[in-house]
Amino acid sequence: MPSENAMNLTAIDWSIMLVYLVFVLGIGFVLKRFVKSSADFFLAGRSLPAWVCGLAFLSANLGAQEVIGMAASGAKYGIATSHFYWIGAIPAMVFVGVFMMPFYYGSRARSVPEYLRLRFDEKTRGLNAVSFATMTVFSSGISMYAMAKLIDVLHILDRPFAILGLPHSWMMHVSIVISALVVLAYIFLGGLTSAIYNEVLQFFLIVAGFLPLSLLGLRNVGGWSGLKQQLPTAFTHSWQGMGHANTNPLGVEVFGLMMGLGFVLSFGYWCTDFLVVQRAMAADSMSAARRTPLIAAVPKMLFPFLVILPGMIAIALPTAVASVPHGASVHASAMQTAGRGLIPAKMDEETGGPKLDSNGKPVLDYDLAIPNMLLHYFPTGILGLGLTALLASFMSGMAGNVTAFNTVWTCDIYQAYLNKHASDQHYLWMGRMATIGGIVLSVLAAYAATRFNNIMDFLQLVFAFVNAPLFATFLLGMFWKRATGHGAFFGLLSGTAAAAAHHGLSLPSGATAGIKGGWIHPAYFYPSEMAQNFWTAIWAFSACLSVSIVISLLTKPRPEEELVGLVYSMTPRPAPQKDIPWYQRPATLGCIVLFLVLILNVVFR
Amino acid sequence: MGLDIRIPIGLMFSMIGFMLTIFGAFSDRAIYQRSLGINVNLIWGVLLLACGLLTLIATRRAK
Repeated sequence: MPSENAMNLTAIDWSIMLVYLVFVLGIGFVLKRFVKSSADFFLAGRSLPAWVCGLAFLSANLGAQEVIGMAASGAKYGIATSHFYWIGAIPAMVFVGVFMMPFYYGSRARSVPEYLRLRFDEKTRGLNAVSFATMTVFSSGISMYAMAKLIDVLHILDRPFAILGLPHSWMMHVSIVISALVVLAYIFLGGLTSAIYNEVLQFFLIVAGFLPLSLLGLRNVGGWSGLKQQLPTAFTHSWQGMGHANTNPLGVEVFGLMMGLGFVLSFGYWCTDFLVVQRAMAADSMSAARRTPLIAAVPKMLFPFLVILPGMIAIALPTAVASVPHGASVHASAMQTAGRGLIPAKMDEETGGPKLDSNGKPVLDYDLAIPNMLLHYFPTGILGLGLTALLASFMSGMAGNVTAFNTVWTCDIYQAYLNKHASDQHYLWMGRMATIGGIVLSVLAAYAATRFNNIMDFLQLVFAFVNAPLFATFLLGMFWKRATGHGAFFGLLSGTAAAAAHHGLSLPSGATAGIKGGWIHPAYFYPSEMAQNFWTAIWAFSACLSVSIVISLLTKPRPEEELVGLVYSMTPRPAPQKDIPWYQRPATLGCIVLFLVLILNVVFR
Repeated sequence: MGLDIRIPIGLMFSMIGFMLTIFGAFSDRAIYQRSLGINVNLIWGVLLLACGLLTLIATRRAK
């Protein structure tokens, strides 16, 4: 690339990034002396206040997929993307806080797989622990890869590399190794506390970096009403045309949306994924643990304005004009005119021109919505802050996976199967080693992603199959005392099988059989990939639920006294605590959160 | 646990805010063409600095 296209980062931008790095590592160093036992390392000593856990709960999920992906969806589908928040995440977060946290926190389990061991049996825990641990390593690897790619695409390191005389081909290695070392250092030193503290820091940084972007963009297009005029009506009304799959941008009908996304997928993620649940388990009391997801829900419901809105603005702006001093206008002018707004077309490696789909329309690279918005509106100075926020989001996502991995590896694999009776100090040491191991595996996964893109798509698909039925197992486990270990285990297996079978038999319209589905036989066609995903989840959930029920009824139930604290009907309800003010009561908070999200749905319907 | 997280948050935002404020006050107006003619560095810098200092003051008073 010619050097004049390199991003114009100046000393002030680098200084802001440096300040961030110093604080991130500094937190790790300061916390090191407080980590004395394995409980300190894996559970932050169960000592953190609710608001800290709440913001970390939110931030751990704010990885690459969230910031880049939600802006990309915003540009592609418009405000309907907010269903992922206002129908998906929020009700699930209320549910986990009000109904499920008493069992996670109350059972004193150190991890989600450990809860499965207490409630069901060893094989159910083993299945969940192994699949979850594998998944975290690959997710953090993918995060790392996405970040390295972005650093390359945005030419962030071009100038420093030119000054130092390093070859361009090293950029990928340097990006991956530096991000890996930073995350490794602060988790190795301070364990979960360090990860959580940094996630809180990263949360505020992400808000500070992206809020001015939304504000400037909105001002530029003439506010929300101006944006409405420049976009198709379906882009600014989240519920318009939801009655039928063909009349809305998502290509999903209301039942698939509510059941697939709103219930199975979102509850499956927010209520059972140890990555987020671990943050609530670190809280200093039962009431703080239950408030954790509820506190997180409030900023979460406002995130569409921070991550989806910039995507919508990016597509609404007039298509790239050459007069704008565009830092990353790396695409030739022919490429620019093929794009829309600030979103460029994808480049076809063979022809060098814009990549075209089967209808001859250019394929847009929606993932560049946020990066191009940053370059479009931010002058040097605040640009450094915006890029730091982007880096922070990648790091918080990566760290979330690594802390979940080191805990599940140490508590649910190493201690459970390999070395049962070691000292606490040994497990603390193992946790630190697992952190190194997890990071090394993530780096390998990141390189695998650069070499074999299809393998990563394939793995993500397999993980989707494994995750889809999980919520059915937890629902039965926590609310039906008759559910047995055999029922749970075979329910999970058949749910995964059902997901794979459904995917193999269906295909989104316009796609070819293969990784997109239809690899057994394309027997049914969905209007969109999203509709297919939602229905895969619905089938997996239903299969897991029914098989678990049938097998549970055929197998011997566990004695009821063993289920105290693990199942709803066997756990004594705590007496209503009069001394807790109303704003700290989970049920009250839950109702307020649901009411607020209802208002958002009505306003942006 | 040991460290009050509000201290590093307050310190970091005060520092970044201070840097942006100073840079915004002395920077060339021409660079603000892309931010619609608004000196975002100065405005956002002052805001972050204020938030950072308020966090630090609140932490001190709580002790």
